[in-house]
Amino acid sequence: MKIMVPIKRVVDYNVKIRVKADGTGVDLNNVKMSMNPFDEIAVEEAIRLKEAGSATEIVAVSIGPQQAQETIRTALAMGADRGILIKTDTDAEPLTVAKLLKALCAEEKPGLVILGKQAIDNDCNQTGQMLAALLQWPQGTFASKLALSSGKLAVTREVDGGLQTVELNLPAIVTTDLRLNEPRYASLPNIMKAKKKPIDEKTPEALGIDTAPRLKTLKVVEPPKRQSGVKVKTVGELVDKLRNEVGII
Amino acid sequence: MPVLAIADHDNKDLKPGTLSLVTAAGKIDKDVHLLVAGSDCRSVAETAATIEGVAKVLLADAAQYRNFLAEPMAALVGGLAKDYAAVLAVANTTGKNYLPRVAALADVSQISDIVEVVSADTFVRPIYAGNAMATVQSSDKLKVITVRTTTFAKAATGGKAPVETVAGAADPGISRHVADELSKSERPELTAARIVVSGGRGMQSGDNFKLIYAVADKIGAAVGASRAAVDAGFVPNDYQVGQTGKVVAPELYIAVGISGAIQHLAGMKDSKVIVAINKDEEAPIFQVADYGLVADLFKALPELEQELAKLPPA
Ligand SMILES: Cc1cc2nc3c(=O)[nH]c(=O)nc-3n(C[C@H](O)[C@H](O)[C@H](O)COP(=O)(O)OP(=O)(O)OC[C@H]3O[C@@H](n4cnc5c(N)ncnc54)[C@H](O)[C@@H]3O)c2cc1C
Ligand SMILES: Nc1ncnc2c1ncn2[C@@H]1O[C@H](COP(=O)(O)O)[C@@H](O)[C@H]1O
Repeated sequence: MKIMVPIKRVVDYNVKIRVKADGTGVDLNNVKMSMNPFDEIAVEEAIRLKEAGSATEIVAVSIGPQQAQETIRTALAMGADRGILIKTDTDAEPLTVAKLLKALCAEEKPGLVILGKQAIDNDCNQTGQMLAALLQWPQGTFASKLALSSGKLAVTREVDGGLQTVELNLPAIVTTDLRLNEPRYASLPNIMKAKKKPIDEKTPEALGIDTAPRLKTLKVVEPPKRQSGVKVKTVGELVDKLRNEVGII
Repeated sequence: MPVLAIADHDNKDLKPGTLSLVTAAGKIDKDVHLLVAGSDCRSVAETAATIEGVAKVLLADAAQYRNFLAEPMAALVGGLAKDYAAVLAVANTTGKNYLPRVAALADVSQISDIVEVVSADTFVRPIYAGNAMATVQSSDKLKVITVRTTTFAKAATGGKAPVETVAGAADPGISRHVADELSKSERPELTAARIVVSGGRGMQSGDNFKLIYAVADKIGAAVGASRAAVDAGFVPNDYQVGQTGKVVAPELYIAVGISGAIQHLAGMKDSKVIVAINKDEEAPIFQVADYGLVADLFKALPELEQELAKLPPA
């Protein structure tokens, strides 16, 4: 079985982003970029399935600017076999990404696509579900455990009340949650080896997908700042304030 | 054109988020229909019919909706959507699971986690863990929206809308529910609680969370946690508050042994009053705290429990 892993290049999770003064967006100049953390978990899970003999090949796919190639290299260094970059300079919406991935699935015929549950830049949490709908495949979102057996995939999902397990026909879509695994670091020899692994380049036009956005961002502003508070010296003082100043307890 | 809101419930009780969802839907169009999809859930539909602002309740009662699996839910909602200007669901793990599927079936973009309705086609939503607020305008004919319910007031009850039965859509039959393993707790639900007490890595063990539970139980609070506390196995995953966990906005949030990473702040910084207890006076959590106590939590929590016990009834 072939596994496809879509990975997004995003602002590193440690960066405190700045909103542009003119309200047109977030300042991405000279900001550290990394693979979306949930996608690292997706790559790791694919590698583990391959190591367990359940998968034969791992294809890492990124949709974005030329620099997204670096993100693909990271996945290759972790253990993915080859990469595909769909080059576009427009910031593709989840619906567009899902359509591009669907077109790739028609070519690649993966048995499983593992995505992150959410890109930490746009916080959309949509792409995997949309891809599943377009392909009419089942989905196991927010996965914390996968188990393949006799042509079915059991997915344990992190839900608001705890955990839920569903069983899916294959091919299927999975999106990762934080507890699925702990991604490995690429070793130096593997980083060297990854330089020789192939990365194919494609364009949305060649795949016949219109990338025009449906959503227009009118403005981006900073959230309201909280007033800074006070330090209390003792627990007694804290309880007194909560009782007598705010009247909450 | 009317708008369709999808009720959040567990086949027995209507969840309070539904009341906020109806408020959000009503800002797009006054003609709000509320879909109750589930199994053996007529009583939920009857409760839903009392929400003010709901013109009509649609009841889809069939076995395939019992566990709200994405495939049958999306088939149902996708079929209904063509008669509506907008479809809205609560931005919890259920809504986030099936609604993007509905959007894709209708070939429209989804607008996730809205916190404000500016107009029928323009919405405000947080991006970058809430470090920026984006105002987005949709050019799609159908708006598909998940709603962050903490920022919308709850609709009143006392109305009496008609309940209409709708036929279920065929179950695609590609997924099957196997089991639920739900955390049991007598405490209030995290996203609905008036007070939340959360513990972080500073708690050091799951066993030490009993210090948190003791305080929580004195004030009727729900218990939450940081990702680090969940990853370490101190508490179950559904306790996680943050960018990629639950978003809460209680009247009082008490963060104990939590440093205040942006991913955690994303889930709690809209709380009315924030208290932080941390031994490191430089911890970023103090920048958002109304009341900060620099102290060892192993000393402060037992003291807090005692002080609360001493309080005369309010
Ligand atoms: C993709 C991604 C998603 C994430 N999503 C979330 C999310 O949804 N929610 C979330 O919370 N995090 C999330 N995180 C993790 C986040 O970045 C932080 O790592 C995490 O919030 C830290 O948890 P913490 O504050 O409990 O631990 P730490 O940062 O280790 O802080 C522990 C604190 O406890 C204090 N402490 C220790 N001992 C004591 C004591 N005896 N008395 C008093 N204080 C003490 C310390 O001073 C310290 O400030 C995410 C990260 C990533 C990469
Ligand atoms: N531009 C992209 N390139 C590759 N994968 C993407 C892209 N955008 C989103 N994804 C995948 O979809 C997941 C969810 O993203 P989102 O729906 O935008 O929150 C991510 O974790 C990725 O796995």
